[in-house]
Amino acid sequence: MSSHDHPGARRQTVAEWLLTAAPFTWLFILFVIPTALVFAIAFKPSDPWGGVGAGWTLETVRSLRNPNYPAIIWRTLWISAVTTVSCIALALPCGYYIARAPYRWRRLLVLLTVIPFWTSFLIRIFAWKVLLHPDGYVKRALVFLRLADADAILLYHAGTVLLVMIYTLLPFAILPIYAAAERFDFRLVEAARDLGASRWRAFRQIFLPGIRRGLLTAVLMVLIPSLGMYIIPDIVGGTRSEMIGNKIAQRTFVDRNLPHASALSASLTLAVMAPMLWVLYMQGRRRGETRP
Amino acid sequence: MKRSRIPLYTTWAVLIFFYLPIGVLILHSFNASRFSSSWEGFSWRWYIRLFAERDIWFALQNTVIVALSSTIVSMVLGSIAAYALHRYHTRLQRVHYTLIYTPLVVPDILMGISLLLFFVGIGMQLGLITIFLAHTSFCVSYVAMVVLARLQDFDDSILEAARDLGATWWTTTWRVLLPLLAPGIAAGGLLAFTLSIDDFVITFFVTGPGATTLPIQIYSMIKHGSPPLINALSTLLLVVTFLIVWLVQHLTQEEHRHEVD
Repeated sequence: MSSHDHPGARRQTVAEWLLTAAPFTWLFILFVIPTALVFAIAFKPSDPWGGVGAGWTLETVRSLRNPNYPAIIWRTLWISAVTTVSCIALALPCGYYIARAPYRWRRLLVLLTVIPFWTSFLIRIFAWKVLLHPDGYVKRALVFLRLADADAILLYHAGTVLLVMIYTLLPFAILPIYAAAERFDFRLVEAARDLGASRWRAFRQIFLPGIRRGLLTAVLMVLIPSLGMYIIPDIVGGTRSEMIGNKIAQRTFVDRNLPHASALSASLTLAVMAPMLWVLYMQGRRRGETRP
Repeated sequence: MKRSRIPLYTTWAVLIFFYLPIGVLILHSFNASRFSSSWEGFSWRWYIRLFAERDIWFALQNTVIVALSSTIVSMVLGSIAAYALHRYHTRLQRVHYTLIYTPLVVPDILMGISLLLFFVGIGMQLGLITIFLAHTSFCVSYVAMVVLARLQDFDDSILEAARDLGATWWTTTWRVLLPLLAPGIAAGGLLAFTLSIDDFVITFFVTGPGATTLPIQIYSMIKHGSPPLINALSTLLLVVTFLIVWLVQHLTQEEHRHEVD
């Protein structure tokens, strides 16, 4: 805007502050302060009544060196990574296909992708519990096809957790990739093919860079909820497929050790911030095309 | 030029993957048998049983109270935030944007635990009020993003024209800006409403005695209850979801219509 001495400019600034005040204050009190509190309480002792003790200590942070944790952290990382890669691998052809479909088809396909996105998370997880139940259809089909033994258990594995995570998070990958592909100029791919590029090469060197922003959003939308996943391992997983989220919930509700839960949450926050900062950096390099 | 068939096959496979579990669930809600392994004929019995469950009605009532109040508050706060972000391009707005954007990418469990610590820290009684505060906090960001997307296609010269014709700030806002933004605000509100109705993880952390919402009730039914009842309840919720999605599509259709012409 123009210079600050201008009375109109000053009125503008006042108007801006008035508009920004309410949402800003709300999120500052109910988002910034609570997040800061997680980091602060990680350095507090716990008291026997399930509260937070007085004074400061490094004891809680040190207790994270519990021998069980490396396995859980490793499992959280690999499950999240495999979920993200699988979702992107499936979402790329889907987003591409939907974007190139004729208008009427496209609208129907988008609608069909959006419905699971809006459907209750718990219900979609529960549906798999029914399907994979020892007497369920999937089991019987697998036994019939002699792909599984009659006493095989399909639930409560890391594999089950992985399957259900891909199922619930896949729409979050398809939608941003589709949105980017819809804006992509497919004549570029045709031009590359005319100039002799193979299908695969045109896809990799023309299409993928063209939808980079959508691709980055898709990675974030899948990776971040995966890292903090709690409810899927809780319902379809067993004790040997627990993730960091489950540990945070246990420390909070079962042991009622809030400082310990905070220390775990603080490490998870840091783990989540790493991919986010990477994406912000990648997007920052292309700033100018986009706003803020 | 010949196109690869991989995208076609993948898309259809993914759609079957999406709808198969939901389809089986809906089918079984009409199964007379208690067990999902056998089909004993069509029946409404689980729906009738469902209507007799008092806990579910109580939970539904709580869910609607929380969802309506947090939707209304987040619609107001989110639209104001989106307007400020669209109108001004200052350093304050860059901070503001980060503040609005970050809650969208924070995992639910972190939001839940941080709000729990906050409410415990200030000595607030856990219950419907804390659930309302928590839901509003994440809904504001979603509403703001939807409205902001809508504002980006907005032609600002309409507002200037209104002002040039002598309309006051108040008239311009109420008679020009808001009616034009209404579909975007409504779509954001519907998104907020569904997110609030559906939220389990954050609610689980900040809920208190007696403040059971529908997802919390469904969770305890999944853990201890009878599967056919959950099937019936899920089917009813799916119907509500389909209606909401259809409404949202209807509200956001305008942009597409331009495209066809």
